[in-house]
Amino acid sequence: MKVPISWLKDFVTITLPVDELARRLTMAGLEVEEIQYVGLPMPQRASGDQSPHDTKISGLAWEADKIVVGAVLEVMPHPNADRLVLCRLDDGLQIHTVLTGAPNLFPFKGQGPLPAPIKVAYAREGAQIYDGHQPGQVLVTLKRAKIRGVDSYSMACSEKELGISEEHEGIIFLDADAPTGMSLVEYMGDAVLNIAITPNIARDANMLGVAREVAALTGAPLRLPPDFYNVKAEGAPIAGRAAIQIQDAPLNPRFVLGLIEDIQIQPSPYWMQRRLKLSGMRPINNIVDITNYVMLEVGEPLHAFDYDVLKQRAGGKAPTILTRTAQPGERLTTLDGVDRPLDDFTVLVCDTAGALSIAGVMGGAESEVFEAQPGQEAARSTSTRSILLEGAAWNFINIRKTVASQRLQSEAAYRFSRGVHPAMAERGVRRALALMHALAGGMVAQGLIDEYPLPPADPIVELQAHDVKRLLGIRLSTEEIVTILQALEFTCQVSGEEPQAIIQAACPDHRLDIGEGLIGKADLLEEIARIYGYDRIPETRLADTLPPQRNNPALEGEERLRDLLVEAGMQEIVSYRLTSPEREARRLAPGQPVDDMPYARLANPIASDRNVLRHSLLSSVLEAAERNARLRERIALFEIGPVFLAGEEGSLPDETPRLAVLLTGPRSLPGWQPADTTPMDFFDLKGILAAALEGLHVAEVRYEPYQHPSFHPGKCARILSGEQQIGVFGELHPQVRQQYDLPAAPVLAADVNLAALFACAHERYEASPVPAFPPVLEDLAVVVDEDLPAERVAEVIRAAGGKIITSVRLFDIYRSEQIGAGKKSLAYNLAYQAPDKTLSDKDVAGMRTRILRRLEQELGARLRG
Amino acid sequence: MLNQLDQIEQAARAALDAAQEEVALEQWRITHLGRSAPLMQVFDAMGKLSKEERPLIGRRANEVKRALEAALAERSEALAQAALRRSLDNERLDVSLPGRPALRGRLHPATQTLRRVYAVFAEMGFQIYRSREVESDEYNFELLNIPAHHPARDMWDTFHTTQPGVLLRTHTSPGQIYVMREMAPQPIRVILPGMCFRYEQVSARKETQFNQVEGLAVGHHITFGDLKGTLSDFARRMFGEKVHTRFRASHFPFTEPSAEMDVECFLCGGSGCGVCSGTGWLEILGCGMVHPTVLRNGGYDPEHFTGFAFGMGPERIAMLRYGIQDIRYFWANDLRFLEQF
Repeated sequence: MKVPISWLKDFVTITLPVDELARRLTMAGLEVEEIQYVGLPMPQRASGDQSPHDTKISGLAWEADKIVVGAVLEVMPHPNADRLVLCRLDDGLQIHTVLTGAPNLFPFKGQGPLPAPIKVAYAREGAQIYDGHQPGQVLVTLKRAKIRGVDSYSMACSEKELGISEEHEGIIFLDADAPTGMSLVEYMGDAVLNIAITPNIARDANMLGVAREVAALTGAPLRLPPDFYNVKAEGAPIAGRAAIQIQDAPLNPRFVLGLIEDIQIQPSPYWMQRRLKLSGMRPINNIVDITNYVMLEVGEPLHAFDYDVLKQRAGGKAPTILTRTAQPGERLTTLDGVDRPLDDFTVLVCDTAGALSIAGVMGGAESEVFEAQPGQEAARSTSTRSILLEGAAWNFINIRKTVASQRLQSEAAYRFSRGVHPAMAERGVRRALALMHALAGGMVAQGLIDEYPLPPADPIVELQAHDVKRLLGIRLSTEEIVTILQALEFTCQVSGEEPQAIIQAACPDHRLDIGEGLIGKADLLEEIARIYGYDRIPETRLADTLPPQRNNPALEGEERLRDLLVEAGMQEIVSYRLTSPEREARRLAPGQPVDDMPYARLANPIASDRNVLRHSLLSSVLEAAERNARLRERIALFEIGPVFLAGEEGSLPDETPRLAVLLTGPRSLPGWQPADTTPMDFFDLKGILAAALEGLHVAEVRYEPYQHPSFHPGKCARILSGEQQIGVFGELHPQVRQQYDLPAAPVLAADVNLAALFACAHERYEASPVPAFPPVLEDLAVVVDEDLPAERVAEVIRAAGGKIITSVRLFDIYRSEQIGAGKKSLAYNLAYQAPDKTLSDKDVAGMRTRILRRLEQELGARLRG
Repeated sequence: MLNQLDQIEQAARAALDAAQEEVALEQWRITHLGRSAPLMQVFDAMGKLSKEERPLIGRRANEVKRALEAALAERSEALAQAALRRSLDNERLDVSLPGRPALRGRLHPATQTLRRVYAVFAEMGFQIYRSREVESDEYNFELLNIPAHHPARDMWDTFHTTQPGVLLRTHTSPGQIYVMREMAPQPIRVILPGMCFRYEQVSARKETQFNQVEGLAVGHHITFGDLKGTLSDFARRMFGEKVHTRFRASHFPFTEPSAEMDVECFLCGGSGCGVCSGTGWLEILGCGMVHPTVLRNGGYDPEHFTGFAFGMGPERIAMLRYGIQDIRYFWANDLRFLEQF
């Protein structure tokens, strides 16, 4: 919300510099996102000053001696240019001839001395202003020049030139009472605070609300200008001239009507226009502007009906305003010209002839205040003369639903959807009537029509100094607490004696955010902390009981696995959880079973290729490899994270943690020395996986040939620990590789179920003593059938050798005619070792014989001659 | 015979002086001290000598043998020294040549940052608690004091699934409820890390997916001062011992009072720069005292328990620490980015 400082000053005296005020507000939860200076001097950061501005600042300072209030005395034609005029202008010191092209001065051209001078913003020679002719804000300094034969050195300014708005169609006409010669910054210099309003401070979405916070924070009193809510009512009483019927009080707790007749619709005075513009609203005419002005000022959105139109719709009788929810099929054309179907929960403000507006959100086109323009074709020919003014209270949740359903935002809806206290309805109407009477003339009808079926119970909250100590950790006296609460207009009653004194704080009738009982207490403690200042609460270290300390095995397992894979040279990646079934289908070879498991689908995806939660981590690493394939020849990466499987109707999806690994490209990186740059294969990946499994102390690891729709049928294995399958890996199916943009080198990948993996990992394992006696090393080559898995040979050697065999290392596989077709020779390096002695040749020979016998018996192996 | 021994010695010494390398020395040893060397023939012929000559010649022959052996050792040592000197003087590597490329693995920068956060909080007694990424509306919002249609819901743009009431969690806060219901009425100190999701247009500053680390402490005597102390300690360990923090009032439905913690910009030292938009402060985390409604929903009586909670974005912290300009780098898996960490 944009808050001009000048407006705040109507309610509270501010002596702090603007940036310091902004800092205090920010610290108290009214975050000032930017300060826009519109005339007031900007804080200078002296060189060497290390303190930055806490808030982003922008804008233009008006030099007090160069930009002043000027009075245009006469407008004369330019001798050489039709589109320029010359003004005789008094700047308080002397009379200048000022050249301008401002179209709003043209009607006064050649009329001789004006009966009432036009007050303008006058920039003297050398003044710094924004260039009106360039887009954006470009600073220029006024210099002497000749324009079409006439000397020009100064300027009457537009709003754009002074940084008030983007308006550059004409120059500013100040109000007639502006003192000629006064420096403009003194007259109307301003700074606008752009404040982010969080939902809990909805009460501060107006000038009075912010001023109240400023008062509480600075200790200055909050004051309302005299007769702020009072108006001299001279017209006939409103009673009997309009009526209200509320259908559903919880949706519409209050509805207030006021009436003013014989008003004159005309432009608002410049001071009001300027404040509206600085607050981001567009001036229309005095009546519309006043409803907006009051909304910005006290926070109550108002609606002005053309009373004569309503009377006409009621057949000349007193109109009755009804509020009700929309009927089935009902529609309304709102002020923005959109014909809208309405929901059954939408509340409408109606009269007996039909709907007039969507309550609290936007008016209908028909009964609006109308200003007849000369020569303009319109459905109505006469300007509005009488205003029936609505101030109401609406259920904020219902307004929110309406806003969401209609996709219709407005300043009124912004406030009503966050909650406006019903007490503000009456105050808003009174304040607007006072302003209308002052600015549009007319007669205010005596009294208001006020239907108030559901006044809120403003809570009374009990609080003690002890509560402040308990939650905030600071000791405040009852008096200090009461002072803070009173500054926020809580009514406080104290009973009992310190330190047990009890404060009963009654919530003021402009806010709806204070709860009852314990919650109300927390609400008040926040208010006390905010106003006292978070920065004054000292830092302490937790002294409370330390909870029982526990491990997190799943996380610890994942972190250990990450470390093991990183040690093996792998890069960790993290992918988007969101993907599409089409993207994931690429991981499966054509003709293979498709993935028909149910996806958890988004109802509101942002992109069509990210509309489900992933099923496959394999798909994630393949996409990452594809992405990097053109950048890197060698890719070695892994990801750890969940996959998601939609559950039964009404249940949450399964989230299963998995690991995917991917390897492709040369085994090592080429350098200037010889390197093994042959492509990595199945066994590179197996080595990495085996190392990781070993690192986790997974017991009884086995690898078996396996069929999987992502992998080459002959180059795929599953990993088991005992009988438990924990993962699958292999060389990517050539047709899958083709479905990704990957080079021709083999792509190796693994997909591991982490829950199964960690279930087989052993946190506790036994270390063996380091052998005291040297091993006997011996090579042993045996010939076996080609299709016998090599691991079987090693298993039999280990089984036959028992504890004496401490290492079985395969170092050669050999095939030849001599060995025979369908046969292979496997050469092992064996280590024989006993814990208690040096083995003799005889011991070893005996063992060797046993091993060979077992190999022959179980596997048909023979010693290679 | 004695003359002959003198000649043998002289010839051998001359030949030794000529030997310039280890191989030549070995050859010399065979020639002059080997079995068929002239000196050995003198020993062999000893038996034929007269009784008188034998001790004289024998003594002299042994003298010559020892002298030649000593000379060989000396010569050998001199040659080794010379070779060492040559090696030290002449062998020079171009040390600027690149080393053999070692294959190094790395953790994702988000993991690295998370681990740093875990470590700091672990030492303060905060343990890690994780919960699911797809959540119910009840746990993500309602139990956290964010009723349906409440204006506070505007603070979270949410991905909904096609299952009514099932959504991608917008924060790790649902974990607060799980951990409270599991632990009540024991005290709690946990951090809750994990992936969260927001329905947002992706930009350099906003992602649809991001990690969050939430923290929760519940006990009998926990105060706002403790919250400030704990988080300031964290900030000093994370960003530098001298870094200042400030706590600004803010709003979250699940805490009251609520605050934002800013850390003095550690890039410019608080004097204002592009990263802190000239303000000297960086927004690091949101925090506050656990709202009584949330405590109650977790099974703790707010009359007897208080607590604080906080939440931060590790990617944002990594961006600030490493000067990363675009949050989209994190999940794009471009190795040119990941290999920098």
